[in-house]
Amino acid sequence: MEKPGSRMRLFAQGVRDGIPIALGYFAVAFSLGIAARNAGLMPMEGFLASFLCSASAGEHALFTLIAAGAGYMETALVSLVTNARYFLMSCALSQKFAPETPLLHRVLIGTKVTDELFGLNIARPRTVQPAYSYGAMLLPVLFWAAGTASGIRMGTLLSPRIVSALSVALYGMFLAVIIPPARKSAPIAVCVAAGFLFSLAAQAVPLIAGLSEGTRTILLTVGIASAAALLFPVKEA
Amino acid sequence: MEHSKIVYILVAFSVICLIRVLPLTLIRRPIRSRFLRSFLYYVPYVTLAVMTFPAILRATNSPLAGAAALVAGILAALWKGNLMLVAGICCTVVLVLESFL
Repeated sequence: MEKPGSRMRLFAQGVRDGIPIALGYFAVAFSLGIAARNAGLMPMEGFLASFLCSASAGEHALFTLIAAGAGYMETALVSLVTNARYFLMSCALSQKFAPETPLLHRVLIGTKVTDELFGLNIARPRTVQPAYSYGAMLLPVLFWAAGTASGIRMGTLLSPRIVSALSVALYGMFLAVIIPPARKSAPIAVCVAAGFLFSLAAQAVPLIAGLSEGTRTILLTVGIASAAALLFPVKEA
Repeated sequence: MEHSKIVYILVAFSVICLIRVLPLTLIRRPIRSRFLRSFLYYVPYVTLAVMTFPAILRATNSPLAGAAALVAGILAALWKGNLMLVAGICCTVVLVLESFL
């Protein structure tokens, strides 16, 4: 077991590593706040949503669903699909926990498995150290929530030109997640290209175009990812 | 029936929590089905691709600026994967282009 002193040091180290992530989060969350404002959310609601969920694509989808007045069942399904990648990250992270790690630590660290915090935890030597993980998530989680609230509050103060520019920040983040792996793996590149292509085509197909955006995302994801799994199965672990 | 925003948020939060926490608490063994593992492996890339295009064209005031941001974002991500850099380049392209359009 770690001594209290070393736990403090780990926590402080986590906080320090979290600073650059927190700054980036604030900027992107601001653009997310603009989407939340369009869905009619108040700053406090945006803060709450971001504080609890800490998910870029998932929250973006959530705000789109709120704006469209979608059903709760559809909201749950779309949340499942748009956040599915965290399932994979958590599976990978589970292998890095010391077997004796208490359940409470697993739950608390688990709720904040974002792309970047996952990256910090997985990059640690040996096992996940809860004190470090809590330090690392502190500022990013708060700045993400504060950024969303600021976007809702101040989005109206900015010129339409600035709002238009900021609204692509989120898509830039998505591209930064999918393009580098696509460069290294041909099957992923095919998946990304198919995603772009079928998503565009889906708007022209009469039956599918009539479905909500959330449902289209589910159908396209399940269809394309299944096809990819059959065509390019991953190597045995 | 009027939908409550708080309920929407709680629904999303519950699902996200289950997705993130369950593997860390329950699944102590690796998933064996090769199809399932492959499927899960490809899901994140497909979802984000579907959500990005053509939605990015509608996000900006001018669809042309959105298209330029998409191309610039892909090139920037190929060059350097850095999240904030790619996001910043996309924003700058839109800001500059829409000043002229």
